[in-house]
Amino acid sequence: MEPLRPSDFHDSPEPAKDVPASRSSAIAQPKLDATGWVRFVFRQLTSMRTALVLLLLLAVAAIPGSLVPQRSADPNGVVQFERDNPDLFPVLDALQVFDTYTSVWFSAIYLLLFVSLIGCIIPRTQHHAKALRARPPATPARLDRLVGHTERRASVDIETALAEARTLLRAQRFRVERYGDSLSAERGYLRETGNLVFHMALVGILATIGLAGGFGYNGQRVIVQGQTFTNQLTSYDSFSPGRFFDETRLDPFSLRLDEFEAVYDIDTTTGRPIPLDFTASVTVAENGESRAETVRVNEPLPVGRTNAYLLGNGFAPWITVFDADGTAVFSQPVPFLPQDANLTSLGVVKVPDGLDEQLGMIGFFYPSAVALESGALSSIFPEPDNPVLTLNAFEGDLGLDEGVPRNAYSLNTDDLDQITGGDSGVDSIVLQIGESAELPGGRGSVEFTSLPRFVSLDVHHDPTQAGVLISSLLVLAGLLTSLFVPRRRLWVVATADGDGVRLQYAGLARGDDPGLERAVGELADRHIEALARAK
Amino acid sequence: MENLVSLSLVAVYSAMGVYTVSFILFTLDLAKRSAERPVPAVAVQTSTVAAGGSTTAVLVAPEVTEADTSNGATRYQRAAFALAVLGFVLHLGATILRGIAAERVPWANMFEFGLTATAMGMGVFLLVQFWKDVRYLGAYITGFTLLSLGIVTVNFYVDVVPLPPALQSAWLVIHVLVATLATAFFAIGAGLSIMQLLRSQREVRKLHGLRFLDTLPGAATLESLAYRLNVVGFVFWTFTLIAGAIWAERAWGRYWGWDTKEVWTFIIWTLFAGYIHARATRGWRGDRSAWLAIIGFSAVIFNYTIVNIAFTGLHSYSGL
Repeated sequence: MEPLRPSDFHDSPEPAKDVPASRSSAIAQPKLDATGWVRFVFRQLTSMRTALVLLLLLAVAAIPGSLVPQRSADPNGVVQFERDNPDLFPVLDALQVFDTYTSVWFSAIYLLLFVSLIGCIIPRTQHHAKALRARPPATPARLDRLVGHTERRASVDIETALAEARTLLRAQRFRVERYGDSLSAERGYLRETGNLVFHMALVGILATIGLAGGFGYNGQRVIVQGQTFTNQLTSYDSFSPGRFFDETRLDPFSLRLDEFEAVYDIDTTTGRPIPLDFTASVTVAENGESRAETVRVNEPLPVGRTNAYLLGNGFAPWITVFDADGTAVFSQPVPFLPQDANLTSLGVVKVPDGLDEQLGMIGFFYPSAVALESGALSSIFPEPDNPVLTLNAFEGDLGLDEGVPRNAYSLNTDDLDQITGGDSGVDSIVLQIGESAELPGGRGSVEFTSLPRFVSLDVHHDPTQAGVLISSLLVLAGLLTSLFVPRRRLWVVATADGDGVRLQYAGLARGDDPGLERAVGELADRHIEALARAK
Repeated sequence: MENLVSLSLVAVYSAMGVYTVSFILFTLDLAKRSAERPVPAVAVQTSTVAAGGSTTAVLVAPEVTEADTSNGATRYQRAAFALAVLGFVLHLGATILRGIAAERVPWANMFEFGLTATAMGMGVFLLVQFWKDVRYLGAYITGFTLLSLGIVTVNFYVDVVPLPPALQSAWLVIHVLVATLATAFFAIGAGLSIMQLLRSQREVRKLHGLRFLDTLPGAATLESLAYRLNVVGFVFWTFTLIAGAIWAERAWGRYWGWDTKEVWTFIIWTLFAGYIHARATRGWRGDRSAWLAIIGFSAVIFNYTIVNIAFTGLHSYSGL
């Protein structure tokens, strides 16, 4: 049985030439009722041409997402884009270009493609299931116009010749059926099976993501050396839940950062640092037990049903602020965000209580500080060889009491009075570890107490992984069999010819089968050899 | 180690020198073919096809080819091919030396990827000859390799530096190696598709000036060869995509995140999936599917060059 294909498959018979659709002939056509229309649309949708056009559309539709930053992958890039292109941004945003891969138009294309795909594979699967049980088709009346037609002679009787041919074909895993004095053989059903597996596995990938994806979650958290992170919603700095997420799905565990080690080399020609290794040593507490573990790049830590990935690191200078009486009103490590390869980092300190007025500081941290000719500082290496902290202090209402969430990593200085650095007339505070400096006007003092490090961990729970992996491997397996297993038919016809038989061989390819001619020839040769031996 | 790096570069430049001569000779071969009367060559072609058909006639084919060697075209081609082999040996040597010098696989930045992928392309081109004679692609493939080598050594060159933590993974070996293999197959497939298009143009409206095309196999044969190379490339590309996703999960915490490089790898996969479907769709076989293969390979080149250099993303390993 033929594999079932859409009507415009290149091997299918050409459709009967329709009467040209002129006005007069249109009248003669039956009017389509609702079912007729559904059938018509479905037929169009499952045609090869539609699938092809949708595939190419999908390729084109994916392009915009690589040209502008995406909210899912690069939210800061989107903000930056908005700042740089204030006129263009609203237009593109309305077109969902910043969420290309979840946009209406992209989704429409791939959903249509998958509908087309499913509409194609369901009937094909039913058909193939029947074909798997069907007998090879009857031998054509004339073989001489088929591929690799060969004629031989052998001095045996028809029965011997056909019995031998059957043995040979069976050994090559053909299904063999006898029709009169001929054999009809077919093999390569795996080609269609592979083709169907390939397409079903693609549906499998999409279905897994669609169904299981909603149960996943991922969150980001900065952990300073010595701090413990417990896996609960409020502990995360940012958190993206799946659609069906609820808080009870968070596995109870905690994670303490004991130590972070970074190893760098230096590129002697450019002077740039070359990161060699990042290792975070952590203590995991889970189910009442604690154990020491490490997290490295490329080596995530499995904990609970999640994986914890090491995606960033930096310094969190411990900053202590004293009031005029020498009482500490603020004392904690402040993660500074790295700005370059040498970990020049930017950080914000907010001291809401304990001083006469609220205090805000914007600081730069240089792990290996050197003074440039201009007097400005710069870091020349990402390790703390000469750690220096500079702070510009501001005074006023930090806006923390309005109940509006504020970004901990930025300070809006519009309504604040600068008291050190800039135009304040007072030099910026410059501190090395252990040093402290007075705030101007007897407001108190600031101390750079110590230098812990921080890591930023991504905690992911992704229930789609196993399903997608299995589907992907099936995609690959299906692809290999559907492309490289030849589906072919061979025929052997024996006719009595004097005291021997005249033997004819020929084949027919189903799909691309460049080796068919050779296969027919080899069959003939081996058959004749076998017959010679049998005699 | 420094010595090995410079030795590797010397080998690259030598390979480029040899490829240049090979390219000139391959081109002269094509020019010479244009000058020949095309009729005998076509006759050779048809008899070769016929010879493949029946096993008893197999011995006939070499005899015909032998007779054909007497004309000038093949003499140029033989020399060009020999030089291509020599160039490849130097090229492969350069790649291996680079790997030894770096004490890792020689495909961890753009320069090295270009070096390895072009070596892979030449290697596949040379090996394909054992299966089918496609030496008429010699000018295309040596020209392409030469151009690529020139660009990567002049514009993308970086010194050997240790691997950053993100690249320290066994997947670097597998994922990128298979990507170079896929690129190699797509490159030759695209070459065949270009020839196919030219050939079919010449068949349809007697394209002037490219008489050498008459000495090539027919458009249908070229299309079938291109298809068989492109599907191998497609399988490798699919593997690259899957291996890349597995690695991305390890390194970045998710197997798919629409990073620019992921997007373009997906686009290329979709284009070639379209190509394979086009080959099975009435009205899309022939020229249209050939165009898709060429567009697909152009996207591969775009993915390697423009996406690496101009687009921001996580795959920022160009070293530039």
